[in-house]
Amino acid sequence: MDFPEELKYTEDHEWVLVENDVVTVGITNFAQDQLGDIVFVELPEVGDMLEEGKTFGVVESVKAVSDVYAPVAGEVVEVNEVLPDEPEALNNSPYEAGWMIKIKLADPAVLDGLMNVTAYKEFVEKD
Amino acid sequence: MKITPLNQIHRQLGARMVDFGGWDMPVQYSGVIAEHMAVRTTAGLFDVSHMGEIEVSGAQAFEFLQYATTNDLANLTDGQVQYTALCYETGGVVDDLTLYRFAADRYLLCVNASNSDKDFAWLQDLQKNTDFSDLALINRSDEYAQLALQGPVAANILAKLTSTDLSAIKFYRFKEGMVAGIETIISRTGYTGEDGFELYCAAADGAALWQELMKVGESLGLLPIGLGARDTLRLEKAYALYGHEITAEIMPIEARLAWITKLKKGNFVGRDAMLKAKQAGLSRKLIALTLTTSGVPRDGYPVLSGGRQVGYVTSGTMSPSLRKGIALALVETTVAESDEPLQIGIRKRQVLAERTALPFVK
Repeated sequence: MDFPEELKYTEDHEWVLVENDVVTVGITNFAQDQLGDIVFVELPEVGDMLEEGKTFGVVESVKAVSDVYAPVAGEVVEVNEVLPDEPEALNNSPYEAGWMIKIKLADPAVLDGLMNVTAYKEFVEKD
Repeated sequence: MKITPLNQIHRQLGARMVDFGGWDMPVQYSGVIAEHMAVRTTAGLFDVSHMGEIEVSGAQAFEFLQYATTNDLANLTDGQVQYTALCYETGGVVDDLTLYRFAADRYLLCVNASNSDKDFAWLQDLQKNTDFSDLALINRSDEYAQLALQGPVAANILAKLTSTDLSAIKFYRFKEGMVAGIETIISRTGYTGEDGFELYCAAADGAALWQELMKVGESLGLLPIGLGARDTLRLEKAYALYGHEITAEIMPIEARLAWITKLKKGNFVGRDAMLKAKQAGLSRKLIALTLTTSGVPRDGYPVLSGGRQVGYVTSGTMSPSLRKGIALALVETTVAESDEPLQIGIRKRQVLAERTALPFVK
C-alpha cells in the first residue's frame, strides 16, 4: 500500500505535509481503504481554530461515519472546496485531489510527535 | 463465530469480513457502490447461507401456520412463496420470513439468521401451549446453503446451468430442479427489487454452486455482493429489515406491512393487540424521506418538525442509484399525514427531508 515518504502520519490515519508553517492534512490510503466508498465529507471553515487531537471534520462511507482529528493545533487557512461535491476523491486520490484542509501551525514543535513513513507502516501492520 | 459453507471462498476473493449477528460474513468485495450498481444493471451473487430454514410438516401444519403467522395461507398453492411474519401477543414482531408451500402438509420457513434460534424456540413453545399435536417442527438451518442470484441478467445466467424452464417460475414461485448437477430449490424471490432467484441446496454443495454460477456469469457482469450492498439495495426498495423497521416493539401494521397482516383471516397470534391498536388509532407510521441537500441519514437519527422530535430514522443510507440520502422513519401519525416540513438531525445540523413515495427507486 502506498504511503509517500515525504509525509508525516498520525495514529488516527491522517497524513500531514509540512511546508514552512503551513501543513496540509488528509486521510491515508489505509484509512480510505478501510472506510470503503466515501459519500460525504464535512469540513471546518477557513478561520476556525483547531485544537490538536480534536475532531475537525467527518468522513462518511456508505456504511460508516468517521471523525477526522486535527493532527496539530492552529488556524484553518484553506479547505478543499471540491470535496463536499466529490467525496470520492478521498478514495481515488487520498494524497493529492483528496487533501482536506491546510492549517497554519500554532506551534511548530508539535510536529515531533508525528510518525515518519517507516513508523507509520509498522503501525498499520500492527493495527 | 459461525461460518457458512462459503467462508473460504469469501476469504480467497479478498472480501472484507464482519461479525454479522454472530456470523463471519462478507460486507464487501469490490466496493459497496460498484456491487450495488452491478445488481441494478447486470447481476450479483450473494451468500445468504446464514439465513435459517425451519420445516413445518404434518396434518396440522396449515392450521398451525395460519395461527402462528400474520399472512393468509388459504389461497397458497404448492410451489408458492409468501412473505409473512411471526408476531408476539403484543403485536410486536418476532421475525419476518418467507414461507414456502411444498404440499398442503409441508412448508419451509426461511427466517433471519440472527433470529433463527429464537424463531424455532418460539414455534416450539407455541406448539406446546396449543393443541396442535399432529405437527413436526425441524430446524434445518445447518443443512442448507443459500445463494441469491439477483439482477436483470440473473435468469440468463441461471439458464446456462439448468434445464428447468425458468420462465415457468413466476415471481414468488419456486421449483425443485438441478442446477449445475446440484439439487436445488429454485425460488424466484429476493431482497433487491430486481428479477432474480434464491437458490437453496445442501450445505456441502454450496461452494460448488457458487463457483459454477460465477464461472458462467462472469462474462455477463456477475459480481459477488456483500452485506453492505444487500442493505442499500433493499433500502432503495423500502423493504423492511428486522431490528430496524420491525422489532418486538413495532407492529407490522405500523411499518407499512398491513398487506401481510390479514386481520380478517381468523385468529392468529398478535391479532387482538393489533385490532385494539387499530381501533384506538395507530400512533406511529413508517414514512420515506429523501434529503434535499447532502448528508447521510443513519438509523436512530431524530426526525424533527418545528424543532420538536416527532420520530426517528429506522434505516438510512446514501442511495447509490439516486446519489442522495434516503431514510425510512417511524414518526407520529398526525405528522406523517400532515405536510409540515420535516428535518433529520445529523450531528449539529438539521437537514430538510422531503416525504417520498415508495419505493425510492422504481
